Amino acid sequence: MWDTLSRMLQTGLLTEPQPAPDQTAPVLETLEKELLEILGRALCIRHVDAGSCNGCELEIQALNNPYYNLEGAGIKFVASPRHADLLLVTGPVSVNMEEALERTYNAIPDPKLVVAVGDCAACGGVFGKNYASRGGVANIIPVNYTVVGCPPSPIAIFDGILRAIRSTNISSVSPPDFL
Amino acid sequence: MATNFMESQAVKLPGNIPTRRLRVDRVQWLQTAKALRESDARFLTLWGADDRDRDGGFRIYAAYLLPHAVMVVEHFMENSPAPVYPSIAGFYPAALRMQRAVYDLLGISTDETDMRCWLRHGGWPEAIFPLRRDVDGNQQYPVASAPYPFVSVEGDGVHEIAVGPVHAGTIEPGHFRFSVVGEKVLRLEERLGYTHKGVAKLLENTSQQNGHRLAARVSGDSAVAFSWAYCAALESITDTICPARTLMLRALALEHERLANHLGDLGALGNDAGFAFGLTQFSKLKEDLLRTNIIAFGARYLLDYVIPGGVAVDLTADARSLLLDLYDALEPSVNQMRSIYDEHAGLQDRFREAGRLGQATAEKLGAMGLVGRASGIACDLRVDHPWTPYDTLAPKLSVQAGGDVAARVQVRFDESIESLRLCRTLLSGLTIEAIHTSVPVAAPDLLGIALIEAWRGPVMIALETGPNGGIRRCHAHDPSCQNWPLIEYAILGNIVPDFPLINKSFNLSYSGQDG
Repeated sequence: MWDTLSRMLQTGLLTEPQPAPDQTAPVLETLEKELLEILGRALCIRHVDAGSCNGCELEIQALNNPYYNLEGAGIKFVASPRHADLLLVTGPVSVNMEEALERTYNAIPDPKLVVAVGDCAACGGVFGKNYASRGGVANIIPVNYTVVGCPPSPIAIFDGILRAIRSTNISSVSPPDFL
Repeated sequence: MATNFMESQAVKLPGNIPTRRLRVDRVQWLQTAKALRESDARFLTLWGADDRDRDGGFRIYAAYLLPHAVMVVEHFMENSPAPVYPSIAGFYPAALRMQRAVYDLLGISTDETDMRCWLRHGGWPEAIFPLRRDVDGNQQYPVASAPYPFVSVEGDGVHEIAVGPVHAGTIEPGHFRFSVVGEKVLRLEERLGYTHKGVAKLLENTSQQNGHRLAARVSGDSAVAFSWAYCAALESITDTICPARTLMLRALALEHERLANHLGDLGALGNDAGFAFGLTQFSKLKEDLLRTNIIAFGARYLLDYVIPGGVAVDLTADARSLLLDLYDALEPSVNQMRSIYDEHAGLQDRFREAGRLGQATAEKLGAMGLVGRASGIACDLRVDHPWTPYDTLAPKLSVQAGGDVAARVQVRFDESIESLRLCRTLLSGLTIEAIHTSVPVAAPDLLGIALIEAWRGPVMIALETGPNGGIRRCHAHDPSCQNWPLIEYAILGNIVPDFPLINKSFNLSYSGQDG
């Protein structure tokens, strides 16, 4: 127990400022305020790997490390799409995941946002479109914002999530036609 | 017959470790598998090829790891409407899913009764075999999914829990079907293949000079291992000698990949056992490593670092001293965390006895790499078949007898500390040389094999060249293929709430097995 406490003290507080989309760097409080204005509560994210090589997953997981501290900014990952406001999708959409991706998207209550993470989610990446891959996420479900990179850094993903929230009036996102 | 026949008939193949090829007929295909099993050879992988355009038939290949070499056994089948070869799953059960995958892609079948679809979930028609040369790989088909016939368990109070393909976390997709009584797991059946992206077919339309990029993305967390294996296969075929510095930098990158994954897993395992402090600490250490990777190798994850003939980014003197600082900071932290984990009663209560995979089961089913070493199988390519530069490093093998989650945690701790030692040795021995040499275009129809001990276990690339600097066939194998079925055994008798912890202690690649 002493070792654990002493290591906590040695480690200290590591969390860094959130990425700034423009010159006016947002601090934790303004970000929380923005989130509260838009959603009235914390932003809940559901992640779906639609066929990724698992590189992007590693960088999404890194968002929860103490340096980025995503939860500290009022953003958390949830276990069910029914609890989510935003869907984070990685990978080219494999034909074997197409149906699961659509069903997850449909299970998220409106209004909802979709952020495509990584070069594969953007356009299919090195896999492109083939017998087993539908290419980018936008070929299957509507996408609000795309983060490129192979894999994109945690800061780029964090920034992408913030841009999706800021640039879109979430209440005006219309349901897709196949609903 | 077997050993004599094999010795006299086998011919040398290009590879980063000694490799032989043995051409066999239908009867010998099975006899060799039997003889190899009896001589304790380990089964590496299975793949097929459509050679009807070249010599009018199909080929099936199996690769085995012998104490002194890799043996590639090749069986040619005349073209027929339904080509069949004998199943080797009776000797090597890990071959079963691979044989099903080969059928889905090539339409060559075995005499096995379980030939349920493995990679094809209805995303392309039953009569289409994408790896056949007369099939256009870019054709898209509507999805026509059908229910998968899971084996059902019946009895008083038995019910099923279906999990996935979308899981409740930031992980890859796959389906787990549990048959349980109360909390106790009676049976687990996995269904994988969800992330199949057609890598093998794509590689056939890729040039030899670019194949490493796709290879790296077979499983992103093992990118260095796969791209190195690809490059080593190509370099063996073309007799390219890379400067010593490039091989040492590749090994440095490979050990960083091992460290990053082990640190990440150690944190996640603490977290899955209710010790969030472990996740916080290890994810911090992992992030420190990844940030140093940017300065040392040009990126956090090294998906494009290993290239044919060398590496993409040179290590500067400044980066070298930063790396040494990083190792000096990591080592005491990992050791301190190890003693915290070891002495935490609550954590050890969850780790010990959970998900036990006994040595006999592990050997019978062919457990690979880290999972095998945690079940008493003392195998590590870096030790048993050291390729350059591991032949000069004398890596220390980490073996545990327990076979439970605790054993897999201990192997990760041991290997992390050993990786730090290897990194320091590599840095101290770095020569001043070029980081790249040119790789000539390989002649067509040459087969080369390369194996690299990735953090999970040995990854393998079998590369067959095509005309004009192209690739005729390239098979990428991840050790997850052998290790996935082991979880079905390790979970037996455990409770459902321990599954996330047990699964994490294996941490297998979905993408690597799906291809």
